[in-house]
Amino acid sequence: MDRLVLLVSTGVARGLVIALFALSLVIIWRAARIVNFAQAAMAVVAVYVAFALQAATGSFVVALLGALVTGALLGAAVERGLMRRVSGRTPMPGMIVAIGLVMVLQSVLGILFGPKHRPMTPVLAETPLSVGGVPVLSRYDLFVLVVALVVVVGLGVLFNRSTLGLQLRASAVAPEVSRLLGVRVPRMVTIGWMLSSAVAALAVLLLVPTELGLNAHSADVLFVHAFTVAVLGGLDSPAGALLGGVVVGVLVSLVTGYASAGLAPLAVLALLTVVLLVRPGGIFAPKEARTA
Amino acid sequence: MNRLTTGTRAGHVRAVVLRAVLLTALALAATFALDPFRNYQLAVIAATFCATAGLTLLVGLTGQLSLGHAVLMAAGGYGYALVAAPAADAGLPPAAGLALGVVGALVASGAVGGLLGLAGARLRGPYLAGLTLALVIALPAVATQVPGLGKDQGLAVPFVPVPGPLAGVMVVEQWHAWVAIVVTAVAVTPLVVLRSGRAGLRMRAVHGDEVAARLAGVSPARVKVGAFVAGSLSAGLGGAVLAVVTQNVGPGRYSLAFSLLLVVAVVVGGLGSVGGAAAGAALVVLLPWLVDTVASGLPADLEQRLSGNLAVAVFGALLIAVTVAWPGGLAAATSGPRARLAGRLRRPRPADPPSDPPSDSRPEPRPITER
Amino acid sequence: MRNHTPVPTRAVQATAAASAVVVALTLTACSSPAAATPGIDDETVKVGTHQPLTGPAAAGFSSISAATSAYFEYVNAQGGIHGRTIEYVVKDDGYNPANTQSVVRELVQEDEVFAILNGLGTPTHSSVLDYLGQNGVPDLFVASGSTTWNQPEEYPSTFGFNADYVVEGAALAQYAADQKPGAVVCVLGQDDDFGETFLQGVELALGSDGVATYQTYSTSNEDVTAQIGAMKEAGCEINLLATINGFTAMALGTAAQMGWFPQWYASSSGGDYPTLVGFLGEDVGPKLLEGFVSANYLPNSPGGDWYELFQRINDEYNDGAPFDGNTVYGMSVGYLFAEALAKAGEDPTRETLVEAVESGELVGNGILPLTFGADDHAAYDGVGIAVVSGGVQDFVGATYRVDGESVSAVEAEPVPLENDGIPAP
Repeated sequence: MDRLVLLVSTGVARGLVIALFALSLVIIWRAARIVNFAQAAMAVVAVYVAFALQAATGSFVVALLGALVTGALLGAAVERGLMRRVSGRTPMPGMIVAIGLVMVLQSVLGILFGPKHRPMTPVLAETPLSVGGVPVLSRYDLFVLVVALVVVVGLGVLFNRSTLGLQLRASAVAPEVSRLLGVRVPRMVTIGWMLSSAVAALAVLLLVPTELGLNAHSADVLFVHAFTVAVLGGLDSPAGALLGGVVVGVLVSLVTGYASAGLAPLAVLALLTVVLLVRPGGIFAPKEARTA
Repeated sequence: MNRLTTGTRAGHVRAVVLRAVLLTALALAATFALDPFRNYQLAVIAATFCATAGLTLLVGLTGQLSLGHAVLMAAGGYGYALVAAPAADAGLPPAAGLALGVVGALVASGAVGGLLGLAGARLRGPYLAGLTLALVIALPAVATQVPGLGKDQGLAVPFVPVPGPLAGVMVVEQWHAWVAIVVTAVAVTPLVVLRSGRAGLRMRAVHGDEVAARLAGVSPARVKVGAFVAGSLSAGLGGAVLAVVTQNVGPGRYSLAFSLLLVVAVVVGGLGSVGGAAAGAALVVLLPWLVDTVASGLPADLEQRLSGNLAVAVFGALLIAVTVAWPGGLAAATSGPRARLAGRLRRPRPADPPSDPPSDSRPEPRPITER
Repeated sequence: MRNHTPVPTRAVQATAAASAVVVALTLTACSSPAAATPGIDDETVKVGTHQPLTGPAAAGFSSISAATSAYFEYVNAQGGIHGRTIEYVVKDDGYNPANTQSVVRELVQEDEVFAILNGLGTPTHSSVLDYLGQNGVPDLFVASGSTTWNQPEEYPSTFGFNADYVVEGAALAQYAADQKPGAVVCVLGQDDDFGETFLQGVELALGSDGVATYQTYSTSNEDVTAQIGAMKEAGCEINLLATINGFTAMALGTAAQMGWFPQWYASSSGGDYPTLVGFLGEDVGPKLLEGFVSANYLPNSPGGDWYELFQRINDEYNDGAPFDGNTVYGMSVGYLFAEALAKAGEDPTRETLVEAVESGELVGNGILPLTFGADDHAAYDGVGIAVVSGGVQDFVGATYRVDGESVSAVEAEPVPLENDGIPAP
């Protein structure tokens, strides 16, 4: 029982990071109809900047802000510099350009910083949080949990309660109509990219201390899980990303704990296959998406 | 649109086969000019070409982006090893083992490709990409968890020695290059026939507008599954070739990175172009080796940083440049001048656009979710 | 609209592509099998290796070949072996078997190396084992503790270097039993040959029911919380680790975050103190690693003669690169190869090189005698136990050997340094 509690709580903590990253993929899909394969590589670049800032100032808060700002700027740069030049009629050219961008960014990081993992140690005390004498979550996991929840709620408010959110949603769903109504659609697309990249950078920044350290490939597995989650929930659905992230996090944790680590990728694949066979557009797909 | 009436159809197939035979003979002859290592590289290029030829049709014609094509090659490799090894143990001659192994490769890759194709027919672009991505990521786990696949070390593949009559003429690398070339010809020729025939038309129709295709009596699902299976069989044969040439099949080779290289090959070669797929295959096999060879003159620290990374950076940059600036890839770049030349030889047509329009520049309906 | 491209155009296109390939490949003409022994003349002997200089394994292992190269430069500066200098060709395979297959063929066919030395990794090297065997290329001192390399019948010219994982598992488990009889012992292993073979060794020492729980991790998932949680719940007191350095660090770090501080015993592949501190960070690393137990068979003993010689060579010929277990490992490989080459005679051939290793006369520089012989292609059948104390990792005197099915404590027999580390013929 203690073990189940431990596995589920770790799974939720890891799952929320996945969910956060998946959310960033959903934001960009809704804004620009692009699956940004370069999301993880861009976020890692931002975290390298954050790492340098933390080393220079010793402040985690500065590092965090640095990651968010760098992430947003990178998002804008990639959108204005690259994606705008790509034919947007089908998602494929955008996906291919993004794949190219991953290769460029990761190899340049590898050339600049070498293969070493740079340790990023958690900023908080190492005594775990106990429930009834059972240590359930490390302080860091708790911190991740809180940050992830705050961001998710914040994004929800932004999209559903603010004018900017309304404009963002409108220009994604009906660009022509929005333009007629005076929404500056290209600017909205750029803002979508910035928002998405910043969220992704935050997710990777939260992830790295739970891993071996910072490396050009630190976020590869996170991306694969998050993309799986986004597909699982439906690329259009923030709720799907959230739920999917937590489900995948807990699934991986449980399978690793009760069966073996080697089975975890198979479990994820199986889950994805079953969901897509039953609902080809993801769990939360709008109905008409299935006919195409 | 369809100028290929039934009368010219048989003639067309004959022309394709004749061309395949000529190219095969040319390639077989070329192996005599190569040293053993270059023959090994040629064999690897041929195997890669098997996969890219199918992938270019899949992505370029039906618009299905598969990021897991390496898995189909792996299926072929494992299929080959699982049949050829017992055949060798049973004392069958190498030629029989080779033939049986190829059948095993076709069965395995056809089965995996068929299942994926069924899924792909129901899924739109990014969703299929997601499923195939998860599949290629899960491959090492499959190899480790499924008994009989040899875990991360993979399976040893029986050695195919140079047959007696040829033993005086060639070393084993050249013989393996021959095997690779012949198998590749067998794998790719049907794809060329498919591409230029009715099936190719149907694929384009489905990619262009599924609803219109359905109205015209074409079943999108059947076309998509068909394309997937055809590409899978070809990729499976490529996997079998690699198994023969390297005497080994394991999960390490068929990684996500390799899958992405296959995508690089077909995009840079020109989506939908079989000739471009061949050039792309040569590029992804030879460029890393060339870069490493050039880098080996540099200081050790710099060499270590560049080794492996520089080739990937070049591939990434090519992928971006081709998609943004040059969507037809190598095939369009070289077909422009040639088409112009051919046009001038036929009759002067000053207003005729010289090259094929790139496949993605055609006006297409928006995805239906874009309400 | 694409369909009316005339067929001949595509024929031209395909031909052009094919000829481009042929032209690109036709850089040299075909070669006939060489009569003389490749890779050796009166001045030099050329050996090659495949190493992960990039990719996931690079972080842990890329410094090995640099150390070996530095040692060879040192030997060359002293006049070489039998008057020949050693040229070491290092090829990057990124720990990917596909690249290994390609670079090893390049080494054998293009660079025409005399032998392959210290090819690194189990999945990588096993993918070229048959090829090297068929081509009669000596395949010396493979950098992996798999038992695959010790099959003299099947692979007569392949030899391992590491003490195999059975030996390491058995020795660490026996040390655990000797230190704390009746302790609850658990194992965390990589989900491949490494973990399984290590577990066999542990069970050799403790019996098949001696392990309270066996947990595995996969290198693709950098999170071991679930496994460490399970081990904690099982009440493990001593955790034996068949992990690479990065995951050793992960295991210790994750447990510390759970407020759990059991004893850790790691194999030589994942027990290098400087590397672990690099992963854990200078601030927490030394604290977490105090009392950390690991196995080793090389003279990795600060202050020892070999250690100091290697430090000098590292400063002089390796630009003073960070000195750690990999440096000692790489230079020890170099020393053993130089010794084999010296023993192979004035004019070595591939056959005499293999015979020299099989002769059983090589002594190496380990803390135990080498076990090479005609029917034993493993280098070491025993390891010493090293413990971190006050930030220094050194042997504590306990040494174990595995003889068939039994593991026993023995006296260490370190090979003394002679002739400034240049093997005499």
